[in-house]
Amino acid sequence: MGKVIVITSGKGGVGKTTTTANLGTGLAALGQKVCLVDTDIGLRNLDVVMGLENRIVYDLLHVVEGQCRLRQALIKDKQFGDRLVLLPAPQTREKDAVTPEQMKALTEELREEYDFVLLDSPAGIEHGFKNAVAGADTAIVVTTPEIAAVRDADRIIGLLEAAELYDPQLIINRVRPNMVRRGDMMSISDIDDILAIDILGVVPDDQDIIVSTNKGEPIVTDPKSKAGQAYRNIARRLLGEEVPLMNLQERKMMHWFKRLLSGEAQ
Amino acid sequence: MFEFLSKLFGGFEGSKSRAKERLRLVLVHDRASLSPGLVEALKEELIQVITKYLEIDEEGLEVNFDKGDDSVALIANIPVKSVKRSAR
Ligand SMILES: Nc1ncnc2c1ncn2[C@@H]1O[C@H](COP(=O)(O)OP(=O)(O)OP(=O)(O)O)[C@@H](O)[C@H]1O
Ligand SMILES: [Mg+2]
Repeated sequence: MGKVIVITSGKGGVGKTTTTANLGTGLAALGQKVCLVDTDIGLRNLDVVMGLENRIVYDLLHVVEGQCRLRQALIKDKQFGDRLVLLPAPQTREKDAVTPEQMKALTEELREEYDFVLLDSPAGIEHGFKNAVAGADTAIVVTTPEIAAVRDADRIIGLLEAAELYDPQLIINRVRPNMVRRGDMMSISDIDDILAIDILGVVPDDQDIIVSTNKGEPIVTDPKSKAGQAYRNIARRLLGEEVPLMNLQERKMMHWFKRLLSGEAQ
Repeated sequence: MFEFLSKLFGGFEGSKSRAKERLRLVLVHDRASLSPGLVEALKEELIQVITKYLEIDEEGLEVNFDKGDDSVALIANIPVKSVKRSAR
């Protein structure tokens, strides 16, 4: 029986889809069988981030309406084949075309076959959010170190509790160590102070993510990338391994000290 | 040199401390208004504790969050009917 994890945020554009694609790919690289489900109805995106947009025939709505079998709608990953599959969102305009009950039944079926079912949630707290959380056992909340994103994360944590999803874990995305160092961006411990939930990972702001998204290849498979390393660490943590949080700060502090010593800091 | 020092020490008090402070305040407000049950539960327990020592007018008890510009206060107005005789 696999785990069903919803990736959610409240505020839009903070990196849910990027996180889902990278964690899914990272888990598959660690030998897990993974199914990604795009629950962002009408705003399908996970397919392009995964580079699978040309292979779509059926989608989530076809499955829940019984127009095709579940297996037929699952798209195999380019690299990992049937160990990493995607169920795309329908591009329909009716946001309530799918119900929470249907989502529950769907995830129950998927967890029979897969070790991890990752649900990419839409932004917001309406119907789409309810669908995304309906079948989940646990939640990953994604935020950026910005006041509006953290505020919405707090709200989402409350709503997750109301949906009986306790102890969500937090991913802080798009951290910019040089801004944190200047005191112009909230640090990991600042956000920890405020939200007081378990931190699953920290991902630096990395322009290579845009390049990898352009290519449809999640950055987690790039051995040289810092963001890729961050996602690989998170994937290992999801498997219960203890991996220390990537210390974005320390490296920069050392850098700063070196500059200070060489008199460059003026 | 002064500029450097003020950057060094002042820099850690950059805009993030404002962000953190504002966030704290807005969350107190969000959280309190999100759960109407919270104030009710707080009232109940306040009554339980206070009635150990004082006889109060439970109907007249008021509990509110008062949000100022840079602070949030919990304001409780508790009419006392009488002070209980000390058990000592
Ligand atoms: N760590 C990062 N560094 C740089 N860019 C990033 C990072 N994470 C995400 N992005 C970029 O931010 C944008 C939004 O990311 P993404 O689509 O994953 O967010 P989302 O939360 O799924 O958005 P939506 O709410 O619209 O579904 C994308 O252009 C993505 O490439
Ligand atoms: Mg998205």
